[in-house]
Amino acid sequence: MTTVVREPATRTQIGVSRPRRDAHEKLRGQAQFVGDILVPRMLHGRVVRSPIAHGRIVSIDVSAAERVPSVVCVLTGADLQDIDPYYGHAIKDRPIIAIDKVRFHGEQVAAVAAETPAAAAAAAEAIVVEYEELPVVAGVEEAVAPGAPLVTERDARAGLFHGLGELPARDGNVCYRYRLDKGELEAVVAHADIVVEGEYVFPSVYQYAMETHTVIAQVEGDEITLWATCQHPFLVRAEIADLFGVPVANVRVQVPYLGGGFGSKSYTKMEPLTVALARKAGRPVKIQNRVGESMVTTRRHNMRCRMRTAATKDGRLLAREVACLFDTGAYADNGPRVVATAGDAAPGPYRWSAYRVDASCVYTNLAPAGSYRAFGATHMQWIGESQVDEVARRAGLDPLEVRRQNLLTPGEEVRAGGKPLDADLIGDVEKVAAAVGWDEPKRPRMGRGVSVGLLAAGAHPVSSAVCRLEADGRVVVLVGTTEMGQGPRTAFAQIAAEELRIDSDRVTVRGADTRFTPYDRSTGASRSTTIAGLAVQRAAADIRQQLERIAGTGDVDPDDYLALMRKHFGFSGGELIGRGEVVPVGTGSYAEGPVFWEVCVGAAEVEVDPETGFVHVRRTATCADVGKAINPQLIERQDEGATLQGLGNALFEEMVYEDGLLLNDTLLDYRVASFEDLPDAMTCVIVENEDGPGPYGAKGCGEGALAAVPAAIVNALADAGVPMNELPLTPARVWRRIQELKKEDKWQS
Amino acid sequence: MEIALSVNGREVVRDVEPQELLLDFLRDSLGLTGAKRSCEVEVCGACTVLVDGLPVSSCCTLVAHADGCEVTTIEGLSARPEFERLEEAFTRHAALQCGFCTPGMLLTVAALLDGGELDTPEEIKRSLAGNICRCTGYRGIVEAVAELAGVE
Repeated sequence: MTTVVREPATRTQIGVSRPRRDAHEKLRGQAQFVGDILVPRMLHGRVVRSPIAHGRIVSIDVSAAERVPSVVCVLTGADLQDIDPYYGHAIKDRPIIAIDKVRFHGEQVAAVAAETPAAAAAAAEAIVVEYEELPVVAGVEEAVAPGAPLVTERDARAGLFHGLGELPARDGNVCYRYRLDKGELEAVVAHADIVVEGEYVFPSVYQYAMETHTVIAQVEGDEITLWATCQHPFLVRAEIADLFGVPVANVRVQVPYLGGGFGSKSYTKMEPLTVALARKAGRPVKIQNRVGESMVTTRRHNMRCRMRTAATKDGRLLAREVACLFDTGAYADNGPRVVATAGDAAPGPYRWSAYRVDASCVYTNLAPAGSYRAFGATHMQWIGESQVDEVARRAGLDPLEVRRQNLLTPGEEVRAGGKPLDADLIGDVEKVAAAVGWDEPKRPRMGRGVSVGLLAAGAHPVSSAVCRLEADGRVVVLVGTTEMGQGPRTAFAQIAAEELRIDSDRVTVRGADTRFTPYDRSTGASRSTTIAGLAVQRAAADIRQQLERIAGTGDVDPDDYLALMRKHFGFSGGELIGRGEVVPVGTGSYAEGPVFWEVCVGAAEVEVDPETGFVHVRRTATCADVGKAINPQLIERQDEGATLQGLGNALFEEMVYEDGLLLNDTLLDYRVASFEDLPDAMTCVIVENEDGPGPYGAKGCGEGALAAVPAAIVNALADAGVPMNELPLTPARVWRRIQELKKEDKWQS
Repeated sequence: MEIALSVNGREVVRDVEPQELLLDFLRDSLGLTGAKRSCEVEVCGACTVLVDGLPVSSCCTLVAHADGCEVTTIEGLSARPEFERLEEAFTRHAALQCGFCTPGMLLTVAALLDGGELDTPEEIKRSLAGNICRCTGYRGIVEAVAELAGVE
């Protein structure tokens, strides 16, 4: 298969903001989500969850629950003795439902299936569980202290998709460790004029996809059918097949529209429990999480970090040392990948003589933590970039100047053995700085900041797509990418239309249904336009080539497609089927990656009220360095959405835990960004250097802004006089810091 | 208990449980799934419907309280000819992504436009603050609504 590359001047479908293909259905409330689906004979499931953070299950009495009218069955850990009930794509450490022990507040202990949601809820209330409480490992520092209780006793068995080479043996509560070493760190630091050092705290955050995790499962013999809110249906299919001992092809995962994902629906979440419950009930079962349940299904890792940065007195960056502990909760979920990605992001994209990164993924008795948009990079960038700004302050240089001096340039090594830099970071940061008025005069208490980082993006590059040219001239694209709002159905329609030289209105994109759509590894890591998009481009080009073969010429007019098909098939039916595949260049290993470096560049202008500690974000700017913009408007919306999530992460979002108990498990006391949090001005700068590995030189976006914005806000606040080392920047925390600065005589009033 | 109400212009008479929520009634009894369940505490607005023309969170409203009222859901709103203006503006500004909050958002917007209360961008933001959108970053929505309301 070769890709047909057309001269840019002749492109009509690429680089234009075509309207979303799903707008009509979604605006009219016709778009179907899992919670809207009714399956014949379907029961309603309800989960009983642990009220404590760590304990032994002494007894579970389900007798009263089973007597509730219309209850069909109750599932507990005792029902899973015929299978190996542990799963986890990275580490197989998680039971489908608690067995003997609970390890976090909210862990599934029992599940009820009943004819109505009300009966299921009543039965769940009637289940009596007796616990013997065990010592709670409530934080990472306790978890790594000598003699700490072990959160789990099991060995670290690698899951199907950990994807990080040889998985190290577990070391106490540390389940994964990622280290990078370059140069002679101590020797370089010893010769530095400036050493910035600090300890930093990053909070646990809830992704809040507005549609909570919802699954319908049906088990008939060795056929398992799922309608699930999952971003990666093919990976879920494999894990379900593995858990329940059925062939992969017997598991069908259908994903309608997703009501947001942001990583919270990546990998396997509520699917195993729903399948187990449906298997016992002998009928289809739906489980729909409430918000408080989704918060403990997955969350963003909280983290503690020690970092130091060494530089010369004229602002040349020399060395960096990073040690961080990521709280992955009671089960690893995607923790190892989050930690590796954080490790890659930790040095920052600068020309270092030496660095040392030691990032650990640590079990505690909190809810499992996994993926959330721009994971790892969001954790590290605000820390590293605040130290770069401090270097600039001490060297008496403009923060932009320090970055111009030290940023990597295209083609330079980012990490030994990995992909070299594939973006113009200096150009990017200059553009966002200009967009927030970098050189304009500032009022007192106003500050501006920039931030630059990289995110290892693309995940494992395996995707495939099928295009069908139908006898009426319309095209259907089958692809396993899930539509969760980011717009792949619109982008893929444009790509297929471009290759076939038709209007994208004639293309319909369908998926994901693992029985009919070809394999796509996952929807996440900003990979879909780049990798699945390339598969779509190749599938459409394949059709185009078939048409050219039928015509016997490379000069085929789209108006002649139907005549050519009639010639080929001898009647007015039949269809041409194009196939597109993307496989790794090289081995596809994590070490050789990533597929591309997603650019995380942003700027912010803030104003702080010293009387209240309130931080007002006046302006933000982000850079969507996308190689080639397939649909510029959708890119802007992606960056704007990520900006608001980043603003929330920076200013107020935090899951509050006390001794392992989650205290704010509703939207009443877990606040997310609303209309009123919009910055006064928000700019997205699109950069198109056609330097990506995707179609037309495209590369992914949509995550980078979430890493860049909190870092830019932190730097802007420091520029306004308040350096902070703990997020979120709540008014109380900022006000207390100002009082400390006053006591230390460092506050300029 | 028996209630009688108008849903999208159609008379509905039903026997309901006193504790039944309007959201469940619309979704489960009438099959009107445009209203979505999310936060369940009247913060997110995904379940917004109009009761006698005013936006309410159907997740926190008893269906019994809608007895004798006119209820409008997205299915009813989108059947009106004037909805096409909303659809056109929201589509052109890409004021939606995943679409989960969108029906509730549009019902709030429709009520505000009807009330003629949107004179400035600040008012748009303040008036829509009861509808969360986690995807778009709000800007496209503000632009679409400003255009619909004739706000510069």
